[in-house]
Amino acid sequence: MFKRCVQFLMIAFTASAFAQATAVKAPDVLVKDVTEEVLTTLRTDPAIKSGDAIKTAELVETRVLPHFNFTRMTALAMGKEWRATTPEQKKLLTDEFRTLLVRTYSNALISYKSQTIDYKPFKMGATDTDVTVRTQINQANGRPIPLDYALEKQDGGWKVYDVMVAGVSLVTNYRETFAAEIRAGGVDGLLKALRAKNASTTPAPTAAASK
Amino acid sequence: MTKTNKQSNLNLRAVLAATAAATVLAGCATSGNPKDPIEGYNRAMFSFNETVDKAVIKPVAQGYNYVTPQPVQTGVSNFFGNIADIWTGVNNLLQGKPGDALSDAGRVLVNSTIGILGLFDVATPMGLEKHEEDFGQTLGRWGVGDGAYVVLPILGPRTVRDTVGLAADIYTDPVRDADAHRGYRNTAIALRAIDTRADLLKAEDALEAAALDKYAYVRDAYLQHRRSAIYDGNPPRQADDAALPSLPADNLTSTGPDEASWNLLLVGQSDILDVKALETQEPAEAAAPAEQ
Repeated sequence: MFKRCVQFLMIAFTASAFAQATAVKAPDVLVKDVTEEVLTTLRTDPAIKSGDAIKTAELVETRVLPHFNFTRMTALAMGKEWRATTPEQKKLLTDEFRTLLVRTYSNALISYKSQTIDYKPFKMGATDTDVTVRTQINQANGRPIPLDYALEKQDGGWKVYDVMVAGVSLVTNYRETFAAEIRAGGVDGLLKALRAKNASTTPAPTAAASK
Repeated sequence: MTKTNKQSNLNLRAVLAATAAATVLAGCATSGNPKDPIEGYNRAMFSFNETVDKAVIKPVAQGYNYVTPQPVQTGVSNFFGNIADIWTGVNNLLQGKPGDALSDAGRVLVNSTIGILGLFDVATPMGLEKHEEDFGQTLGRWGVGDGAYVVLPILGPRTVRDTVGLAADIYTDPVRDADAHRGYRNTAIALRAIDTRADLLKAEDALEAAALDKYAYVRDAYLQHRRSAIYDGNPPRQADDAALPSLPADNLTSTGPDEASWNLLLVGQSDILDVKALETQEPAEAAAPAEQ
């Protein structure tokens, strides 16, 4: 009886360990799965193909964004200015920056939806918590564009905190602009500039879809 | 690479004139960015270039895009790309990468013959990857620093180092060298320029959507892109970047993996990490590690 209990427990532990191990997707698998899923939807969904902006935004919101850490991204873009902001400002900045990044990313997705993506070979150590997954957009005309994702491991799985297009980080590329805005008008000045930018191109994916 | 080569003698003179003008104007307006000491001049030249682009170059590129079937455009890109591979190979050799240089030479050989004078890129599917190298990258590889950021007339963003590199690129440009047939040569240079510009039409839309300040966005993207190119896509983390992954932890123990676990405890939420939830918990979370 006791032996059976132990056996049962051992099996249960093994099973739960296994379940936990597979619950967190490897970063390269995650990037590939999300990319392929989104591209397939972009190419096949009749509403999105006909330029439905709301549907496109929904797709990005539900499929892509849960895998992004926008607080970390905003901190990266702010650089050393981040420490001088209040928690309230951090939240507002993150919200605005999120809107801006999502719009940029949706635009890029839509203009490149007919291209194929290559996933570069990926290696990581078992204990790594910060990795880069490299992909490449192959264009029908023109050179292939490297598109890399930096991810960090969190309890909820791997989260993207930077996207690099042809070696250009979509996040840190804002650092000088942000710093200049802060020098000119403080953090509130930067917030104002971000709001103005987001308002000028709202609603986000309409512009993208009409392209 | 083709972009850097697209202009000829005339523009070499323009480059020199611009560099001279830049030096004269160096004392003018600046916002204190150490990489961009002549920002006043650069901004003026940037908007001049934008105006010329909007009025002439972009419409021509759009027209070209519209009337030229995709296979023909690809053929044109491949043809000039094949010529560019020669100089790429030379630069790879100069950068101490004989393996890459050999592969570039192989590309030229294969594409010029089987690929019918370079119109078809048959080397890439054969596994001979295309590289993009120019003399500015070679100088960077040799340890020459960026120097100041300079916006050249028509040619656009460069650094002082890349301007020197550009002069070498233009000097050695095989297309420019086709002196015997001046008419063909100029047509070829113009076609290459238009083809390059047409390739960039898509990227431009994304740029408009992204930039808070288009001038600064282009400048910083150029500098980042060049840095990455010098290291063939694997640049070491910059000093300020290196500080950043740990930066949130340094200051607040926020936004890193630590934040996630703290917030999970505080929010009592064990499934997907909600960014919104994280943010609202920020004050509590900032205090929590201190109490441990």
